[in-house]
Amino acid sequence: MSVPARAIALPVERAPARREWVAFLRRLARRRTALFGLVVVALVLVAALGAPWLVGWDPIEQDITHRLAPPGSQDPAGRVHALGTDHLGRDILARIVFGARPALMVGFAAVAISGLLGMSVGLLSGYFGGRVDDVFMRLADIQLAFPFILLAIAVIGVLGPSLPVIIVVIGVSSWVVYARVVRSSVLSLREREFVQAALALGSRDGRVLLRHILPNALTPWLVVATADMARVIVIESALSFLGLGVQPPTPTWGGMLADGRVYISTAWWLATFPGLAILFTVLGINLFGDGLRDTLDPRLNV
Amino acid sequence: MRVYLARRLLQSLLVLLGVSFVVFFILYLTGDPALVLLPPDSSAEDVERFREAMGFNDPFLVQYGRFLGGALRGDFGQSVRHGEPAFALVVERMPATFELAGTALLIALALSIPAGIVSAVRRNTLVDYASTVVALLGQSMPTFWLGIMLILVFSVQFNLLPSSGRGGLEHLVLPAVTLGLFTTARITRLTRSGMLEVLNQDYIRTARAKGVSNPPVIWKHALKNAAIPIVTIVGIELGTLLGGSVITETIFAWPGVGRLSVQAIYNRDYPVVQAAVFLLSSTFVLVNLVVDMLYTYLDPRIRFR
Repeated sequence: MSVPARAIALPVERAPARREWVAFLRRLARRRTALFGLVVVALVLVAALGAPWLVGWDPIEQDITHRLAPPGSQDPAGRVHALGTDHLGRDILARIVFGARPALMVGFAAVAISGLLGMSVGLLSGYFGGRVDDVFMRLADIQLAFPFILLAIAVIGVLGPSLPVIIVVIGVSSWVVYARVVRSSVLSLREREFVQAALALGSRDGRVLLRHILPNALTPWLVVATADMARVIVIESALSFLGLGVQPPTPTWGGMLADGRVYISTAWWLATFPGLAILFTVLGINLFGDGLRDTLDPRLNV
Repeated sequence: MRVYLARRLLQSLLVLLGVSFVVFFILYLTGDPALVLLPPDSSAEDVERFREAMGFNDPFLVQYGRFLGGALRGDFGQSVRHGEPAFALVVERMPATFELAGTALLIALALSIPAGIVSAVRRNTLVDYASTVVALLGQSMPTFWLGIMLILVFSVQFNLLPSSGRGGLEHLVLPAVTLGLFTTARITRLTRSGMLEVLNQDYIRTARAKGVSNPPVIWKHALKNAAIPIVTIVGIELGTLLGGSVITETIFAWPGVGRLSVQAIYNRDYPVVQAAVFLLSSTFVLVNLVVDMLYTYLDPRIRFR
């Protein structure tokens, strides 16, 4: 009687079990810069989620009598504008806190799209090779040939700026790095014994890809995703800066910068603080990403 | 070698074909131009006759073929706003963009390679930490904010440098620094990690052991090997620079392709947008082809693949 393939305990290489996760987090926490990055990211996340409860000002409420008030000034009721007001008398701190929302929303959603897209392309390209690989890699070359921001503003200019359009445009055009990284790890994973064993036991391609290869290709993918998140947030603010991002009255960091640029010679705080918010957020994500890379796989060069 | 070059050339042509398709498709997405181009009181027959005459009724692929034929001859149609050929408008502004991107690249290379080398050689010293922190900040700083802050300090506060326009060298400083910072940061980090890797190799130890003094080891033995990833990234960074010029040129009112295309998008002047995207992408493809050839010189192993 032959033993059914399922009954043979196959040494599946899995994503780290719980105890390994704890060890991993501990290693990550030991890197002070990574921890700092994590704290920054957490702060921005809290700001985005809790914006209405965190600030005393309405971010779109105008008060023309108190326009361009410098940081620290008070209104007649004695309430303080910690970072001053803009050209329409809106509280800058409140707008910065609320501005975290579109930034993170676009960041997470676009990274999810491009990450999934790139992961799929990378898996298929690396696993099947040959013609499939050729087609995908030429597509990648074409994608990379465009100056990214120019392509993005051209498409958004045509379709009209709105949150979904921005997310889709950034998401759809950022898959290449994921695909390349996943592809190259699949190329080496494909030759490993546990994959060959699974194939020899008659596992179908889909099962091998999803159960055996995917979990092992996740590490480099995750590292790329963090770096990409930082990039996407800068792009989102660049689009808003050019007036092609999420439209007013929703406060965006890039839009605030564009407003502030006009008043650069009289009211420096308008442009300075939203830029610092972007810098702070992106720096946090980058530090966290670097720490993640060093902890997970120091030899990874992405 | 010749086979490799021929294959690369063919690939580049294929990429350009793909680029042209995407560029055409962007315009196709805008919908029917007849209603935009004709006066609002035109009759339905007028619109239909115009469509037929302009070929807007043809199948998608026929229209694409016509676009491609035009693009190859440098004909992207007339600019809606300027009434001139879109291609000429873009070409006219190319030198300004190249001047800006080229200077930014030079600044980036001049700063980042020495910084990366010193960082690697004097690992974990104050110099290394300082350069790492600066590189991290540079990589996290949005270009447009940096530009505005530079204007605030150097133009508004101290009135040292002009904040807009193109002219002498003093006009070039702020925009080039702004555009180049991100690339500087990237290449610094890459040079550092590349050098660290190379400095641990056996042939470096061999060179040291046979008594080669420190400077030649670093400059000749190590840098030439660490240069391979740097050259690759320079090609890719040029794309970043050409794309980044869109924002930098807007901030500093620099009369290049980037600013022209942003204005063209605001004005819905799509022939100009198409010409600009196509020409900048072609430049990028061309530069990367050259970079690949440089590559075969730096790393002879590639020739035999």
